[in-house]
Amino acid sequence: MSAFGAPQDIAARLAALPAPVRLVFFTQTFGCETCLPARQVVDQIASLSDRITVEEHSLVLDKDKVVEFGVDKTPAIVVVGEQDFGIRYYGVPVGHEVGSLIEAIDLAANGEPCLSEDSVIALAALDHAVHLQVFVTPT
Amino acid sequence: MASPHVTASVIQATEFPDLTRRYRVTGVPKTVVDDRIEILGVQSEQVFVTQALQAAE
Repeated sequence: MSAFGAPQDIAARLAALPAPVRLVFFTQTFGCETCLPARQVVDQIASLSDRITVEEHSLVLDKDKVVEFGVDKTPAIVVVGEQDFGIRYYGVPVGHEVGSLIEAIDLAANGEPCLSEDSVIALAALDHAVHLQVFVTPT
Repeated sequence: MASPHVTASVIQATEFPDLTRRYRVTGVPKTVVDDRIEILGVQSEQVFVTQALQAAE
């Protein structure tokens, strides 16, 4: 039934989201074998909460959206809360990575970082763009 | 989220072999900060913050 474990925990967490979250999904018709399974995971997650909406765009055809969200490959999942916090997920979230995506959704809904006060103060001083790419594998 | 300047992408390494090669990903998790700083494995929040700040300098 479910592609991921502990569905009750996930469902309870998602049902309690304090604010709406958009999952902006980018796909392409050709050359993306994992786009369909990725979309299925996105739909499954969205089905667990009225707060989550899904919208789909084509990496090839929807150039304005590609530019707006700055995505460059598929499948891409952009997690948008009250604003776009710059959170992207590329690939199919499976195994523990479903948890990472749920975490990102929760963060985006809350709109507040889960960091120490020291970290928040230090990061507030940033005045240049910094991009982090976290490589993971299915576990 | 703590800074409008920081963006973060998770990348499934097996699905993007070109990127995995480009950034020489031989183990996960591996975090690449601005194409030039590498953080291997699970590290403390402080390590990530320090490297992000260093990348911006």
